[in-house]
Amino acid sequence: MSDSTKVRSDTADQTQAGVTRASVLPVAEIVTLYAASILAALVVSALLVEITGGSWRTVFSALLDGSIRNPGRWGTTIGTAIPLLLVALGTIVNAKAGLVNIGQEGQLLVGGAFGAYVMIHLDAPGTVVFVALVAAAIVGGAVWAGIAAVLRYWRNVPEVLTTLLLVSVAAQLVGFGFKRESILLAPLPEGSATQVQQTVPVPEGARLSRVTVLGNEFPISAFVALALAAFLAFVLARTVWGFRLRMLGRNPRTAHRAGVSSQRYGIVAMLISGAFAGLAGAFMLTGGDFGSYRFSPNFAVNIGWTGLLVALVARERALFAIVIAFVFAGLRTGSGFLASTGVERRITDVVQALLVLALLVPPAVLFVRERRRAASATRART
Amino acid sequence: MSSFVGAIGDVLSSDAAYISAISFAALLGFGAVGEWVAEKSGTLNISIEAMLLAGAFAAAVGYDLTSNLAVGAVFGIVAGMAVASAQAELSHRLPADQFVVGLALNILVLGLAGFLDGELEPVTRRAPRVEIPLLSDIPLVGDAFFGQPWLLYLVYAFVPMAWWLVYRTRWGLEVRAAGENPQSADVSGIRVNLRRRQSIYVAGLTSGLGGAYLSLALVGSFEDSIVGGRGFIAIAAVIFGGWTLRGTVAGCLLFGSVLSFRLSLPVLGYNLNNELLTSLPFIATIVGMALFAHRVRPPAALARPFIRGLQ
Repeated sequence: MSDSTKVRSDTADQTQAGVTRASVLPVAEIVTLYAASILAALVVSALLVEITGGSWRTVFSALLDGSIRNPGRWGTTIGTAIPLLLVALGTIVNAKAGLVNIGQEGQLLVGGAFGAYVMIHLDAPGTVVFVALVAAAIVGGAVWAGIAAVLRYWRNVPEVLTTLLLVSVAAQLVGFGFKRESILLAPLPEGSATQVQQTVPVPEGARLSRVTVLGNEFPISAFVALALAAFLAFVLARTVWGFRLRMLGRNPRTAHRAGVSSQRYGIVAMLISGAFAGLAGAFMLTGGDFGSYRFSPNFAVNIGWTGLLVALVARERALFAIVIAFVFAGLRTGSGFLASTGVERRITDVVQALLVLALLVPPAVLFVRERRRAASATRART
Repeated sequence: MSSFVGAIGDVLSSDAAYISAISFAALLGFGAVGEWVAEKSGTLNISIEAMLLAGAFAAAVGYDLTSNLAVGAVFGIVAGMAVASAQAELSHRLPADQFVVGLALNILVLGLAGFLDGELEPVTRRAPRVEIPLLSDIPLVGDAFFGQPWLLYLVYAFVPMAWWLVYRTRWGLEVRAAGENPQSADVSGIRVNLRRRQSIYVAGLTSGLGGAYLSLALVGSFEDSIVGGRGFIAIAAVIFGGWTLRGTVAGCLLFGSVLSFRLSLPVLGYNLNNELLTSLPFIATIVGMALFAHRVRPPAALARPFIRGLQ
């Protein structure tokens, strides 16, 4: 044991020396790598479109039309970006703590269901309903992530799997809620024979107000999401709590010796992560860009998955996540305009995943190169 | 309560219930055997779901082109290996996070399968059953184990092969060393990340074939929701089994039976709540892991990347 510790500390010194020597950032290298990776992802996507008989130019142009160019579209894109950003912010919290939460889709759905339940059953003025709805959604998301967190620390069950498996359970739980009018299902409308699985709409007073900028309309939750991103970036970078959380993620052993309870911080991080997903659900329900103010079984529409991808691309940086959320929201709103091009709209899912994979490469390559440089620098000195 | 016991009795005495239980257990088995090898080497490979789906789609395309089951199976293996190569190269040649890579691959393959399915629309049908003489005449369970499409029988070969590979070859010793103590393994000259990449390829091979089994033998058609999270249950079966092959097989049989309830219970005349039946496998998996995961010891370096000089 003591041998291995010694080896480790030696290599740690080497790395340090290497880092100080190569302190000049290889900017050209970084830019080239990122440009090449993104280009590769786009070329593969374009090839897929061409092989299946489409034309990448028309697809690209349709995506631009649908996301920003056509009148009113960038407002819709902002509306779509809000829940993506919120989900991503939550993911950043648990990632900083070294935990893997990949069940945001389920947490968002359960959050939405909790919010919808309160909205249906609370007979109160609009503002009260709104506050209760948001609070319930936050609790719902946190509970769903909390199950995974508790099992992780109590029974050693990997949270990677539980969060994933709970997504499927969440969908069935919500489906069960729509079996009964006493839970979520809206009463059958007069004179209608077919029962649609959805709730009654959110009452007027409990909806988020929408602002109009240059003919583009979006809910005011956009500002809340931006503020939360800034707040989170500050908390993680500049507070003791944020420091301890990052320490836990980077080096659990150091964190343990410094008296940071991995259990307490880990569970709190997971609860916050789920809470953000729940909040995203609440804002989707009250914002107006999703499902016309009604909750339904397929309410989450992959926002949880996409928000997770946003966080992965943003690499744990809350402010950068704002930009990525807008880009991915653009791909989503743009895909609505693909029908006229004859290309399946699911091509945008492929583009997103390819972009995520491509953006994994540059940091990894840079890391390897950095270490090689460090190693050769140490060799040269000795 | 008595009706519940009665239901269990009915299930236990129904040929059809055994057949669907074994069919689903075999699907989990294909994924879990490969995942077991991968986890022994220290990688928690969540792209099993993607490998199964890629295998299922490619096999459907291969079968549509040639009307030959074997060609379909080969297509499935190639697709599973392709996903494995992305996972292996990104997370164990380059030091990208294995969960991030796996998750992105799951989403990519789901998108690709949906997109290409819409464009190609492969047509398949269920493979015929091949009865093994004598064995398939065993009452009650004969048809379940030995009266299935031949693709299923491959899983019977994979289980002992995986055991032999991991416990009786030098390669397997090195894989286990990479999973238990990569630093020491590295010092003794074992190429840790190479062994991990190879074990991911093993997972790609078995899961790709599992996907072929799923679309060509179990279901008989392809849709993009065909795997529907069962790849994650296969991973859970490894954890449930405490990283032993015996336990993994037991996990596959248990979770496979629970998966089959959704088909077999309504046939027997029990109308349980559909949502409960659909979510039962996932709940059972979580409960199963919660009951057993803390009693067993995972490979010491499970899910920890190996980078020389860093720990």
